[in-house]
Amino acid sequence: MLEVKNLKTYIDTGSGTVKAVDNVSFQIEAGETICIVGESGSGKSVLAHSIMQLNPSPPVFHPEGEILFEGKNLLDLSEKELRRIRGNEISMIFQDPMSSLNPVFRVGDQLIEAIRSHEKVSKKNAKKRALELLTDVGIPDPERRLYDYPHQFSGGMRQRVLIAIALAGRPKVLIADEPTTALDVTIQAQILELMRSIQKKYETAIILITHDLGVVAQIADKVLVMYSGRIVEKGSVSDIFYRSTMPYTWSLLRSLPRIDADASNRLIPIQGQPSNLIDRPKGCHFAPRCPFATEACLEIDPALTKRGEGHWAACILSEEEFSNKKQELEVYAQKGAVK
Amino acid sequence: MLQYTIRRLISIIPVMLVVSIIVFMIVHLTPGNPAYLILGEDSSQEAVQQLEEQLGLNQPIVVQFFDWVINVFKGDLGESVYSSEPVLSIILDRIGPTFSVMLISMIFTLVIAIPVAIFVVWKRQTALDPLFISASLLGASIPEFWFAMLLVLGLGVSIPIFPVAGYIPMAEGVLPWLHHLILPSFVLATVEIGLISRMLRDGMLEAVNQDYTKTARAKGIKESAVLMKHVFANALIPTTTVIGVTIAGLLGGTVIIETIFTIPGIGQLLIDSIHRRDYPVIQGVVLFIAVIYVVINLLVDLLYGLLDPRIRYD
Repeated sequence: MLEVKNLKTYIDTGSGTVKAVDNVSFQIEAGETICIVGESGSGKSVLAHSIMQLNPSPPVFHPEGEILFEGKNLLDLSEKELRRIRGNEISMIFQDPMSSLNPVFRVGDQLIEAIRSHEKVSKKNAKKRALELLTDVGIPDPERRLYDYPHQFSGGMRQRVLIAIALAGRPKVLIADEPTTALDVTIQAQILELMRSIQKKYETAIILITHDLGVVAQIADKVLVMYSGRIVEKGSVSDIFYRSTMPYTWSLLRSLPRIDADASNRLIPIQGQPSNLIDRPKGCHFAPRCPFATEACLEIDPALTKRGEGHWAACILSEEEFSNKKQELEVYAQKGAVK
Repeated sequence: MLQYTIRRLISIIPVMLVVSIIVFMIVHLTPGNPAYLILGEDSSQEAVQQLEEQLGLNQPIVVQFFDWVINVFKGDLGESVYSSEPVLSIILDRIGPTFSVMLISMIFTLVIAIPVAIFVVWKRQTALDPLFISASLLGASIPEFWFAMLLVLGLGVSIPIFPVAGYIPMAEGVLPWLHHLILPSFVLATVEIGLISRMLRDGMLEAVNQDYTKTARAKGIKESAVLMKHVFANALIPTTTVIGVTIAGLLGGTVIIETIFTIPGIGQLLIDSIHRRDYPVIQGVVLFIAVIYVVINLLVDLLYGLLDPRIRYD
């Protein structure tokens, strides 16, 4: 339904061009959930905003490539045609619910604005629909809450309102840019549950941007791992969590706390900093931080290669070489621990 | 809201007390005997004594002050030394022209500054923005007297579209009234247009990249609607403060403008009274201007509550 092909989004900055999204491709079908994971600055947010073409300007962004939605390339559409897509076919919810609602307008008015921007309905019917939407997203006492201002809502409730706004046009695709990052853990679970129930009800395709691998394990059908503007591995949840063949993904998973580990185990962080997006090193971008990097990694820029059905990774190591190296590292690490 | 209004009204009392002390001291801080100053160096002893008695200058200063304050509350601002008319009625006579100039220049300001700011923000990625910054700075820093004379020479003398000076009350016809007010009001508005449009532009540019603006865009509504509704409503809150100060500032600006255009308003009255050393009138006018300032600030504070629902009054 939505297919992103070779998308490149570059940002002009004073010190050069940042390749925030570099040659990214993926597709999503109705009712499917794709999670895009990666550390801060990996380009996942820019990717999400590029689909809606909502990147802040300035700095100027030049998205290139194709974003095909039901056969139309969104990058070719005029501003007017894009408006018909935004909020209607593709909706988006953002990271910080505290600042994503306009503080000077009533919640009901903001919701009704979204409803009436795509459907010619009377104010009365729009209000009725607003009530339905608020009930749908689980806001208690919606009749009264319509007349409240955003500051009278808690963070979780605001995110629910924002989801209601996003759902106003009955979108086919919902892009959620770290929707739970700013919320408490218990509220996070509620919001994820809500998104899942909406998906079930309306067959919505969900693109979820997150850096929370726990969320990914819970909700994803497919996972895209991004590093320095590129997809470095994609596959199903089990491909990524149990059969990863890309050192970055593996390091990312290793850096997580495990509930079954004993208390003396320390977390293993990924060394170093994400690569500079302006002057990118030759070869694999992860090589400078990769525990398995060889001379060759600094020369060859690996492309995504197939590792299984629907499982792709960008690394010059074969699956076998990778698992050998992993074992070596474990042995070495254990020796170090004994010492 | 009512409680807040009352509290806010009470907070005016200390402000007005300080203002009244300063106004009162105008007469007493001027070096030498005020009666001499008013009458001139070579006036007779009897005349000075008579004036001192008339002004109450022979009484202790604290008594004089309270007498004056009590009289002010009674609406008695004293009598003009020059014309012996009550100061209050002199001021009331002169209010009309001053308020007319203020009103028209406020209309000029809002009608020009708001659309200009919105347009500049809309075209924010073009060369219009730096151009606007220079223009608004120029507008805000242009000397009023110079600009006034330039306009008089241009549009009053060379191409005589507008009268060079004078004032016609509204009662004698709205059009002639307006005709005489356009030049002085425009001069007065120039500074305010520069300030307010710049302020509004800054506020809007800040709001334009806020998350709620992104939410509005993600709804698929028009960019013009995003700017004029979501962005403007938020930028208006800080701008209101400036507009409030501006209205009060117009009152000060009228002093120069009324002199240049010979408009018989409060400003001219002040200048004339200073020339005549008519202290009771000077006191009255300064007090009057101070009261207007305070009242406008009060209104702005109350207006905030309507513009920003986050402000609570309890």
